[in-house]
Amino acid sequence: MKGLKFILAGILFGIVMSKSEAISWFRIQEMFRFQSFHMYGIIGTAVVLGAIAVYLIKKYKLRDFQGNPIVFTPKEMSVPRYIIGGTIFGLGWALTGACPGPMFVNIGFSYWAIFVAIGGAIAGTYMYGVLRDKLPH
Amino acid sequence: MLEFISQPWPWYTSGAVIAFVMVLLLFFGKSFGFSSNLRTICTACGAGKNVKFFDFDWRSQTWNLLFLVGAVIGGFISAEFLAGDMPLQLSQATIQDLQALEISGPDDLQPEELFSLEAIFTVKGFLVMLLGGFAIGFGSRYAGGCTSGHAISGLSNLQLPSLIAVIGFFIGGLITTFILLPLIF
Repeated sequence: MKGLKFILAGILFGIVMSKSEAISWFRIQEMFRFQSFHMYGIIGTAVVLGAIAVYLIKKYKLRDFQGNPIVFTPKEMSVPRYIIGGTIFGLGWALTGACPGPMFVNIGFSYWAIFVAIGGAIAGTYMYGVLRDKLPH
Repeated sequence: MLEFISQPWPWYTSGAVIAFVMVLLLFFGKSFGFSSNLRTICTACGAGKNVKFFDFDWRSQTWNLLFLVGAVIGGFISAEFLAGDMPLQLSQATIQDLQALEISGPDDLQPEELFSLEAIFTVKGFLVMLLGGFAIGFGSRYAGGCTSGHAISGLSNLQLPSLIAVIGFFIGGLITTFILLPLIF
């Protein structure tokens, strides 16, 4: 099955989010209160190692498992889009203590209340699609 | 071995595994970004008929939905088979700050005041989760990514837009933490 590798990658992601406690509302509060290095250590390590990996992939023009070149699409430059969008995202992140990935990992922990947040997130995404042309980008 | 991985993982292990997941997806020919799934779900539910933003072939994103299913399974495996007996080691300062908001300390991964079924069936509890989720969905699509797409993938590729987005994440997070939470709780 071609899709199995994505399920396995997702399982690894779900486990690391759980065992690092990055899915915990408490850990996100601790981060936004600058009272522990834990979350900064996680994100920092991931970014440093990720940056080294991306650098090596570009330098040696590595190809993916199917033999296609690995391409990185640069993100379009804008300030309002990222600042306003990012701020709205941050408001919700600190409120629910879960960004989109951990939201779904929480289902595995039987925290059924998270379905309300997931419903809200889908509604919010839909609302963005509706208002998109009217928003500054 | 099982006992060893059942303990909470230190930050460096966790960060390394997250980077590994991102690189793995690159070698699968994909790009790590979780919130795209929310758009895909809208499209799969038929939102493309009325709104142009959702008018795309959502089946091209099946791989990411499978990744999402894996994430749920990964959570389940952690809860059922990898649950250690070490409680969450939250910093004392955070425990005290939360006590002031009458949110009890970490007996579990999530606070009862927000995640219990009793809480979700109160008007306040329901609205906090619903509006919080709404902001996450709206904001991540507006900013073009969430923590995985911007903070991990974007910063790893040294993208200035991603840095601006992460600064935004923190502006919003600090507003909620220091202004909204004291008003709500």
